Amino acid sequence: MKTLKRKDSEYEIKKGRILRAKEITDLEKLFEIVLPEGENLNHEPGQFVMVSLLGVGEAPFSVSSSPTKLGSFELVVRNVGKLTNAFNRLKAGDEVGIRGPFGNGFPVHILDGSDLLFVAGGIGIVPLHSLINYAIDNRRDFGKVNILLGCNRPEDMLFSDELDEWTKRLDVNFECTVDRADSGWKGNIGLITSLIPGINLIPERTFAFVVGPPIMYKFVVAKLLEKEIPERQILISLERHMKCGLGKCGHCQINGIYCCQEGPVFSYDKIKDMRESI
Amino acid sequence: MPQYETIATYDTSNGQNMEPVMEYEDMVLFGVHTCDLAGIQCLNIVFSQQPKDTNYLIRKNKILIIGYECNSYCDEYASCRLVYNHLPNGGYDLFFTNLENGSFIIHINTLIGEELVKKVKIFKEADDSDLQILEDLRERKRKIFAKNEVPIEHEKIPELFDKVYDSKIWNELDKRCVACGNCTNVCPTCYCFDVIDESNLDLKTGRRYRRWDSCQNEEFAKVAGGESFRPERGARQRHRYYRKFRYSIEKFSRFFCTGCGRCSRTCMAGIDLKETLTKLVEEQGMKNPDAGHRG
Repeated sequence: MKTLKRKDSEYEIKKGRILRAKEITDLEKLFEIVLPEGENLNHEPGQFVMVSLLGVGEAPFSVSSSPTKLGSFELVVRNVGKLTNAFNRLKAGDEVGIRGPFGNGFPVHILDGSDLLFVAGGIGIVPLHSLINYAIDNRRDFGKVNILLGCNRPEDMLFSDELDEWTKRLDVNFECTVDRADSGWKGNIGLITSLIPGINLIPERTFAFVVGPPIMYKFVVAKLLEKEIPERQILISLERHMKCGLGKCGHCQINGIYCCQEGPVFSYDKIKDMRESI
Repeated sequence: MPQYETIATYDTSNGQNMEPVMEYEDMVLFGVHTCDLAGIQCLNIVFSQQPKDTNYLIRKNKILIIGYECNSYCDEYASCRLVYNHLPNGGYDLFFTNLENGSFIIHINTLIGEELVKKVKIFKEADDSDLQILEDLRERKRKIFAKNEVPIEHEKIPELFDKVYDSKIWNELDKRCVACGNCTNVCPTCYCFDVIDESNLDLKTGRRYRRWDSCQNEEFAKVAGGESFRPERGARQRHRYYRKFRYSIEKFSRFFCTGCGRCSRTCMAGIDLKETLTKLVEEQGMKNPDAGHRG
C-alpha cells in the first residue's frame, strides 16, 4: 500500500479558533468561531458546516449566525453524544476543524417584498436564528415579520436576550409558547401549532420557514396549508446525520435524494411526495 | 472502494492539524466478470459526480482491469440477463473469453491493454475462424440467457417500483430480515460509508478513515436526537431495492443491480432478489413469462 499526501482534498479542514464560548442552557453552548485571517464563512442562512474534533470525530452543525455578521460565525451545540460532549468542554482559544458550508440554505435572494413567518420548535431556532437575523439586518426589504417559537419548558429557550429584544421591537411580531411550565410563567402554554391560527397573514405573499424536531413538521405544515400559504412558499429544513457532506456516504439519503446536496432546506411541494422526508 | 481507507492523518499536539492522504496500490484485477465490470462502472459514475471523490478517482486510474466472460450461468441466483450484464459493456483493459477449444480470445480495449499483450508475447492475432468461434459462442449464450430471470421487461422495472412502495412484500421482508448487512457488504454497487477517527496511544496523533457502512443497520439513518428515519427492517430492505432499481434510474439512468446474485447467495434469512422481484411483479399483475425473449 502506498500513501500520497493530498492537496485540495474534499476532506481538508480549516482551523477554526473559538473566540467566545458561552453556556446558554444546561445542555447548550454557543460558540463564536473565527477562520484563519478572519476569512468570512460565506454561508447562506440554513446551510451547515462539518465540524471536526480530531480524535473524536466530525459531525454536521447548522450555522446559527447571519451572513450579515462578518469576520466570525456562530454555532450552538447541544450536548447529546460523544462529539458534542467533547465540543462543549472547549473554551475560548481552543481550535476546531471546519469544512463547508454545505447544502442549500433558505432562498434569501427571492424573498424581497414578501412577508416572513418563522416557525421554530425547540432547537429548530438555531438554523432559523441565522435567517431571522438576516431579515432583521435587512428589515426594509421585507413586509411583515412574524416569529413563532415553541419549547418544552421556559428554561429551554435559546437566545433569551435576543428573544426579549424581538419582543420589544415594533417591526417584528414575536410569540412563544411552552409545553409545560411552573406557575411563574406568564406566557402561552400549548403546542406551537396553537399559535398559527391567530396570525393574520396574506397567504400569497407569505413565505413560511419551519424548523423543529421531525415530529413537528406534519402538524405545522397542516396548519400553514389551512392558512392557504402556497406549498412552494413553505420552506422546511430537514435534519439528517451527514457523514461526508459530499453526496456520497448515504446517511442523509431521503428516498432518491441526498439531503446534504439538495437540502437541508426544501420547499414543501418538493418533499410532500417523498415518503421518508417528514 | 476499499473496506477501510485512511483519508487523513492528524496531530492535535498543537491545534487541529490534519493532513489529507490517499492510499493506493498498483494493481491488476484479473478475471472480472461482466456483472462486476458493470458494478465498477456504477461506482465510477457515483464518485465522478460533483462534488467528486478524488481519492477514488485517482486510485481507479492505477488499476488495470482484465475481464473474463461467463459462457453460461454461474448459478441460479444470478439475474444478469434482466439488467443486460450477461454480455460485456466495456469497462476493461482486456477481456478474456474461453473459446472452449483450448484457447482464449482477448478483446483489447485500451492502449495499456495493448501494451501488455505485446509485452507478454504469448498471443497471436485472432483470425476469421477464431472470430467465428466467438460469434458461435455468443449465439449459444443468447439461447442460454434467453429470457429475463424475473418475468418482467427490463424497461418496465422503474414503472413497477413506482407502484410498489406500499406493497405487503416489504412487510414480509421485515419479518425475515435480521439486519446483518450481508447483502450490502457483498453488493458491488453499495458504497455507503462512515467516517471514523482512530487515535494512536499517545492520544494526540491518529488517522481519520472511512469504512463501509450499511443502510441495513438500525443506526444508519439515526440523527443526534435519537430519531431514526427507517426504523423498520422492511423499510431498510425497501430502501436497498429502491436504490438498486429506481433511485439510480432517476439519477444515473441505469440500474444499480448488476445481476450478480451475491445478496441472495449470502442472505442468512434466504431473502432472494429474484424471488422478491417476481412477487412484486405478480402482485402488480405485470407478469410476462416471455420477458426479454427476442425470438
